[in-house]
Amino acid sequence: MDLLNAFVTLSNFVLIPAIAYGSQLALGALGVTLIYGILRFSNFAHGDTMAFGTMATILITWAFQAAGISAGPLPTALLALPFGIAACALLILATDRGIYRFYRTQKAKPIIFVMVSLGVMFIMNGLVRFIIGPNDQRFSDGERFIISVREFKALTGLKEGLAIKTTQGLTVITAVIVVALLFYFLNRTRTGKSMRAYSDNEDLALLSGINPERVVMVTWLIVAALATVAGVLYGLDKSFKPFVYFQLLLPIFASAIVGGLGNPLGAIAGGFTIAFSEVMITYAWKKVANYTLPDALAPDGLAQLLSTDYKFAVSFVILLIVLLFRPTGLFAGKSV
Amino acid sequence: MSDTTRNFAYFAFIAVLIIGTGFIQSWNSALFVLNFGLISAIMALGVNLQWGFAGLFNVGIMGFVALGGLATVLISMPPETEAWSAGGLRVVVALILGAATVVGAIVAYGALPKGRVRVVGMVAILIIGFFVYRAVFDGGVQAVEAINPANAGYLGGLGLPVLLAWPVGGVLAAGAAWIIGKTALGLRSDYLAIATLGIAEIIIAIMKNEDWLARGVKNVVGLPRPAPYEIDLQNDPDFVERAAGLGLDPVTASTLWVKLIYAGLFAVVLIALFMLAQRALHSPWGRMMRAIRDNEVAAEAMGKDVTARHLQVFVLGSAICGIAGAMMTTLDGQLTPGTYQPLRFTFLVWVMVIVGGSGSNLGAVLGGFLIWWLWVMVEPIGLGLMQLITSGMAEGFWLRAHLLESAAHMRLLTMGVVLLLVLRFSPRGLIPEK
Repeated sequence: MDLLNAFVTLSNFVLIPAIAYGSQLALGALGVTLIYGILRFSNFAHGDTMAFGTMATILITWAFQAAGISAGPLPTALLALPFGIAACALLILATDRGIYRFYRTQKAKPIIFVMVSLGVMFIMNGLVRFIIGPNDQRFSDGERFIISVREFKALTGLKEGLAIKTTQGLTVITAVIVVALLFYFLNRTRTGKSMRAYSDNEDLALLSGINPERVVMVTWLIVAALATVAGVLYGLDKSFKPFVYFQLLLPIFASAIVGGLGNPLGAIAGGFTIAFSEVMITYAWKKVANYTLPDALAPDGLAQLLSTDYKFAVSFVILLIVLLFRPTGLFAGKSV
Repeated sequence: MSDTTRNFAYFAFIAVLIIGTGFIQSWNSALFVLNFGLISAIMALGVNLQWGFAGLFNVGIMGFVALGGLATVLISMPPETEAWSAGGLRVVVALILGAATVVGAIVAYGALPKGRVRVVGMVAILIIGFFVYRAVFDGGVQAVEAINPANAGYLGGLGLPVLLAWPVGGVLAAGAAWIIGKTALGLRSDYLAIATLGIAEIIIAIMKNEDWLARGVKNVVGLPRPAPYEIDLQNDPDFVERAAGLGLDPVTASTLWVKLIYAGLFAVVLIALFMLAQRALHSPWGRMMRAIRDNEVAAEAMGKDVTARHLQVFVLGSAICGIAGAMMTTLDGQLTPGTYQPLRFTFLVWVMVIVGGSGSNLGAVLGGFLIWWLWVMVEPIGLGLMQLITSGMAEGFWLRAHLLESAAHMRLLTMGVVLLLVLRFSPRGLIPEK
């Protein structure tokens, strides 16, 4: 019974949150890795792209809520999501037209692209703060829990409870669907294959008659969709605050690099690696230890390895370890 | 127009901007812009050393600036003797143990044969070391933080003159830069960027959470200053008399005088660092750096140790950022870890360097002043603009209120637009590298 209780506690505080967070990171890292694979630069504006897409979704959600449209037990934001993606895609395509394309025709060095993405980051960040303000916004509605602590206890008769938030369930399901669609697209469709060809060898792809502008456009569209979905899921799960989204850049980059930049499968593995280590290292293990260890060995303190404020440090240390010992990431990525 | 007259015109324009601020707003805000402009120029010099000379992409400037700020507290605040006797030694021993663990792991990595033994040995050293460290450390920290937590609760500093903190801030930042550089410089440029971004966040996280070190988010206020206090000046009959001679009331005169003293100190540091950077740029060392930047492979083939030179310039540039950080905290008179934000301290400095002209020291200084002035002034200008736009709208109309409220966020937008415009139309900046 104690072991079961320990497992339930572990699931409640570590496994479920880490799976949800990992899915969000994986979606974000997929965006970064795609841009890296096709456009060949690290996009510092990605966090703010996520913020912009989420903001658009929030505004539309509010409009829906005001109009009395809802998705029943699911959050209204799901209905607004396609519109948010569209808004984000419009902005990103305009950015590409107005800004990035010039440097592409010039064949500028990757580092120039990174600089330009810094400028784009400033503008998007400013835009988001300008439109919705810098404060916390909550926009999740509908049923809060798939199963709440009390229901779980009544159901199983265990001492420890397990809660699964709707948003957590939703995050995982959405992530699985999105990733499945993405891999189907990349591996099975003509456009997806031409994208992979372009990513593997640009010159050869051009020789085979692949239109680079089209590949780039499709990439941006996919990135807009991934960024918005990731941002909205994160916002539903926690809350929306522009600065937090900017800070997500670090774990997202870490995920993409740990997995191997430019490798979509790696981005997913990286996202979960980072999420699980962040949550596990900053979790106070006392309760789990009390259940599993004999009384004599039970810890006096919280048995927390690092305080939660150091979660960035965790993702960073993992990033460093991977870079030092496997510079191309867990799954072989590419390097420019 | 020759380069000299053009540069002169640029700096004359800066002078006009600052003096204009004095006439239109107040002389206090003009001196505020000047002082922070001087500090920004120093930061931009440091970043220019890394990016302009060597092509290193460092986005962790905030971390080095914060370390400089930390140095101000560690040097200038009086020591908390009670806290030291309660647990200070224990904390120090714990830190030494922690460092020994890391060094031990590195030594073990080098000494043990490749394979499973090495991995297990290293991990074992790290894990055992971590638990020993925590066992010693936690008790010490608790003891230190329990003493007078409302006003102190930390170890305090060394009680030395605050000006000494400036070079020490540079040394601290240099030390951190050495560790980062050792691990990340051999990697690709993007990776260095992300590594520095991460380390800056970690430095801020440490400063926010380790209360025993510098009180964390409780802030250290009332740092000693190199300039006299306004209130003392106001009570000094000589000063009041001289102020009256200039037609100023004592309060204004004292604030202006203090700011002028800071401006003088900062100007000395800026000029010294600028001369050094200029000498470095035109020395054989500077030529070698640029050669490495322009073609690493060729430079390596010529027998230049690229990684070592990169490490060198990375440490130097970061040290300059640390000095600037210490100066800034001295000017503020307090250390507030919560206020360090990457957009303000890292990316804004980048805008300064790019706009000024990467690779040109004079450009970095110009960019520092110009962008800082813009950063401060965008808010009032934006507000004025919004008032103009909304003047036709009805009172109480939601858009009007929203626009007026959002004027404060014009800053980031403006900085992004400026950066993109310069990158697009004048990629070499206002004062291009020769």
